[in-house]
Amino acid sequence: MRNSPYTRMLGLISGVVMSFIAAIGMVENFNKRVLIEPFVTMGYVVVLAVPVLIGILAARGKPSPLEEPARDTGPNLASGLVAGLIGGLITSVFVALVDTFDMTEFFPSMRPAMVEEMTFGFGVPAGLLVLIAVSGVAGALGGLIFAQSDAIRQGITQAVAWVLGVALFEAVVADIFEIDFLLDLIYAKNGGLQPWAAVIIGALAWWLSARYRGTAKQFAFTVRDSEPKSRIRRSLIGIAILAVIVLPLLLGGIVNELLINVSFFILMGLGLNIVVGYAGLLDLGYVAFFAVGAYGTGVLTSSFSPTINPGLSWWFALPIVMGLAALAGLLVGTPVLRMRGDYLAIVTLGFGEIVRILLLSDWLTPYFGGAQGVRQIPGIPVPFLGEVSGTRPELFIYLTMIFVFVAGYIAYRSQNSRVGRSWAAMREDEDVAEATGISTVQAKLLAFITGAIVASFAGALFAAKVGVIFTNSFKVLTSIIILVVVIVGGMGSIPGVAVGAFVLIGILGGPTSQGLLFEFAEYKLLIYGALLVFMMLKRPEGLWPSVRRSRELHGDELSQDAWLDKAGEFKEDDAEVAT
Amino acid sequence: MALLEIHGLKKAFGGVQALSGIDFHIDEGEIVSVIGPNGAGKTSFFNVISGMFSPDEGHIIFDGDNLTHHLPNEITRRGIARTFQNVRLFPNLTVLENVMVGQHPRTKEGMWGTILQTKKQRAEEKMIEEKAKEVLSFFGSRLAGYRYDQPAFVLSYANRRRLEIARAMATEPRLLLLDEPTAGMNPKETIELTGQIGDLRDKRGLTVVVISHEMKVVENVSNRVVVLDHGVKIAEGDYDDVSTNEDVIEAYLGRPAERSDDE
Amino acid sequence: MTSTATKLPPSGRRFRFNWVDGFLWFVRIAALITIVVGITGSVQNFMAGEGLSATQWRDLLISSTSTGLMYGMIALGYSMVYGVLGFINFAHGEVFMAGSMVGFIGATLLFDSGFWDSNPFAAVFIVLVISMITSTIVAVLVERIAYRPLRNAPRLIPLITSIGVSFFLQYAFAGLFGFSTRSYPPAPGALGEEIIIFGIPIQGTKLLVFVVAIASMIGLWYFVSRTKAGRAMRAVAEDKEIAGLMGIDVDKTIVLTFAVGGAMAGVAGLLWALLFRVVDNLMGFLPGLKAFTAAVLGGIGNLPGAMLGGVLLGLFEGVGPLLVLDGLGIPAVSQLKDAVAFAALFLVLIFRPSGLLGERLGSEDRA
Repeated sequence: MRNSPYTRMLGLISGVVMSFIAAIGMVENFNKRVLIEPFVTMGYVVVLAVPVLIGILAARGKPSPLEEPARDTGPNLASGLVAGLIGGLITSVFVALVDTFDMTEFFPSMRPAMVEEMTFGFGVPAGLLVLIAVSGVAGALGGLIFAQSDAIRQGITQAVAWVLGVALFEAVVADIFEIDFLLDLIYAKNGGLQPWAAVIIGALAWWLSARYRGTAKQFAFTVRDSEPKSRIRRSLIGIAILAVIVLPLLLGGIVNELLINVSFFILMGLGLNIVVGYAGLLDLGYVAFFAVGAYGTGVLTSSFSPTINPGLSWWFALPIVMGLAALAGLLVGTPVLRMRGDYLAIVTLGFGEIVRILLLSDWLTPYFGGAQGVRQIPGIPVPFLGEVSGTRPELFIYLTMIFVFVAGYIAYRSQNSRVGRSWAAMREDEDVAEATGISTVQAKLLAFITGAIVASFAGALFAAKVGVIFTNSFKVLTSIIILVVVIVGGMGSIPGVAVGAFVLIGILGGPTSQGLLFEFAEYKLLIYGALLVFMMLKRPEGLWPSVRRSRELHGDELSQDAWLDKAGEFKEDDAEVAT
Repeated sequence: MALLEIHGLKKAFGGVQALSGIDFHIDEGEIVSVIGPNGAGKTSFFNVISGMFSPDEGHIIFDGDNLTHHLPNEITRRGIARTFQNVRLFPNLTVLENVMVGQHPRTKEGMWGTILQTKKQRAEEKMIEEKAKEVLSFFGSRLAGYRYDQPAFVLSYANRRRLEIARAMATEPRLLLLDEPTAGMNPKETIELTGQIGDLRDKRGLTVVVISHEMKVVENVSNRVVVLDHGVKIAEGDYDDVSTNEDVIEAYLGRPAERSDDE
Repeated sequence: MTSTATKLPPSGRRFRFNWVDGFLWFVRIAALITIVVGITGSVQNFMAGEGLSATQWRDLLISSTSTGLMYGMIALGYSMVYGVLGFINFAHGEVFMAGSMVGFIGATLLFDSGFWDSNPFAAVFIVLVISMITSTIVAVLVERIAYRPLRNAPRLIPLITSIGVSFFLQYAFAGLFGFSTRSYPPAPGALGEEIIIFGIPIQGTKLLVFVVAIASMIGLWYFVSRTKAGRAMRAVAEDKEIAGLMGIDVDKTIVLTFAVGGAMAGVAGLLWALLFRVVDNLMGFLPGLKAFTAAVLGGIGNLPGAMLGGVLLGLFEGVGPLLVLDGLGIPAVSQLKDAVAFAALFLVLIFRPSGLLGERLGSEDRA
């Protein structure tokens, strides 16, 4: 295991990934952000996380169904070390090449500054040795971590997570706990945690995790196994809702703005979830319905919209816009009724693009403003509060939340109803669903229409929020990001969509907005792509899966024996079959 | 008048003439078995009746209504339900949910009712669940109790067949088409199901057409037997007549080889 | 025992016809009418001396065909992968892009050293090889890392994964090369000039496209129908499982499929860059989608079909807006070029979903 081909391959992967991270300029850019004064900067953390993880994998060895991975400090450490060294070696070769040949004409980020960072300031050739050594140590560390007991590994994970969290989300922490003297205490002047603060937070997290590990697990299981209508479920949901309602009042403008963007994606995610997650129709042109909502609202409410400008109030425009979206859902859904899944995806993508191209075209500029878009869209009139738009994010977010709740409610109710079951049946086996009396035509159209209407909510809100809309916001990119949110969060799962939106849009940022970690702006799309692939390979049911989905995707792990255990006794009929 | 009348049914798939002019009828309360060697067209017969494919020629008249060329879900709505030769359940839905789906054509609450949670909708949901449990009780304790919430894919083979029949029953059909319901079952399960097919008629008032290769089942269950070969009906009658019919035997076993003259 | 003349109750319907079919027929007829009216309008314009002149139409046809040939070469990759694995490899457009972008490095280096202009054909050939190798490597890596583990997954999953790969590649290349567009040096030597063939002046690069595309097509045809590896590919496309039982190394064959498709895309990448000169990380998106449309148009899984589909699509999107939409009086029709291409996919699927030359799917995917 120490020097096996597997370890070597992992080393190779480590080297390639680290080089790549450096090549795209991530190390250089991220190192501007200090996490823990004075040495632990984000760039190094990201790039060195790779050999640590590789070290853990190397120690574990090639996963085999026959053996349990051996946790033995010596060999584990050695494997990690070897993998780390190989990775470091490859990376240092790469850095040396960058130092020797000027490739900035082709690869703008492969420049001296990058070499500087990667050699830890020592320059070539001394720094290369440092790099190899550091990488080796990181790998060994990974191996060492793997060799520890569960409790210790838990502790380490918690400690690292909390320290990183407090360091990274300095802005949010400052926003929530506005106790200046405390903040000055734990954070250094130029950003990042004071080293002793980091140690204390880490130790605290470790201790807490050890102390309350059992309790936390118990609690998680109680929640998971609780009956849908039970006291516990209800009170948890109640608390969550209360928290969500109160939160915007506590947070500043920037975070509220962020929450509004997140909410838009939750809203659209819920809609797409119905089309993709419930009914199994991969609609890649979903953004077109969003556009219908936005442009419909813009045209109907703005007094400055060309040609058609009834100048209605947002609330009057809304039902009309919903109707238009429903019609659009019908128009998109009908031709694709008979198409295979892959074709459906591309055709809907085509529809989405056709809509965008038409909205942008000179031909339709008299109606939709072409490249200029529709301007001067008024905000949403609210009694006593006047017109609410993006200029007052702390109010606007409540309006958004209302619609998120409505959409969530629709999704929730339809899931366990006759409608939801017909979608699930259709998704499982279309022909059989048809044979069981379900009109797949009606079921598919209903899914498209419902999804379209939910998207139109988002579109209408968006138009009112920004006041000016142009086709830039309605590209395929957005459709795909909504898809990533739904899938990473959990296809077919309502809490999943929320989780996905928070994690992706909130932390990394959306197509046109920044997340909490604004350093990631340049790289977020790259990460989205990688994340989508990773999730599909390792955890296709998403972060917070719907019950059905995890059954579907891990069905082979649930055997009849597991269920027999749960049932308790060996039923007589099963005994008969067994003989 | 017969419950189901079929005249001159023809269907070709590409170059293969699966059905070459089949006439068939079944009266209410009968159990008719359809048998024939492999490739005779039995499953295609079911596929066309249930609407999966449209016949090239011929008519399907069910309870006086002409159902030729109708879509499968419409045909199920009218009262013909079927099972599949290779058990097609909804594997990731629970046992109960599989059967509840069967109630779809008999219920009507749509999106509005679901969103507004009207009394009607809640009452209907309750009724669907109860009806599903009632249908499952036909199989005794095999698909009851803790089984309700098991995903369908954990079920044993025999239980899957039963579940599929239960799902078909939940559509409240008048005519039930069972495609090799006992295939793959062991002798004990086969006997049990054979009896249950009889119960479908006697206790639930259903009319049943059964495709089977197992002659014991055919013998015990049928009022009448129809034999197909190469897409044509070659014999019809009760079991004793059919099982001794020369054409039938030849279809299954072939003809003795002709002897040469210098013997 | 046939039943005698039983009086037939009134028929539910004559055919399996319902409002969905009605809607589709309406769309078909509307499309046909639009096309006919549009063409008539354009012809009238032409007669009146408005719109494009005859030479302009001729040049347009040549351009559209050469673009179409490039779409066809990319379409081969889509067609082969769909035929073998049964899903759309969304990332194939990025395979095309990768070849182009890495080829850019070669082209620039050669240009800076003067080799580009002094030995045009050798230079172009070198960059062609670079492009082909890059595209092939990317395609093979993607298959190994992202698709092989999902061989038996439910249908939507590989498709979604390929979307993720496509996304990742687009932005990985942006990360490496930067977001701004790059330019290939101008086509060197004879390629940059107009050559007269059969009395028609045609740009050197476009002529190169014709020659290379046809040569590649012949080469591919030979490979697929005459060599052992090609036979293996066809067998695996037909039925993976049985091919495996017959002793064919299915994994290797699939890698080969991706490699060949990738190589073709690499060739197209070089040609595209020579012709249009502008390359960037997103250049693969639209051509990728259009190439897939071309594959469907010709009949998915069908290689000559992919080439034919490509040419037809090139003509459709190049000539269509001017021929049809202009005749209808729509302003600035060239903006709508892409919309026309997408509309083409939709129209193919409602007029002739199995494509012009018929689909060739594996046994697992046939309905």
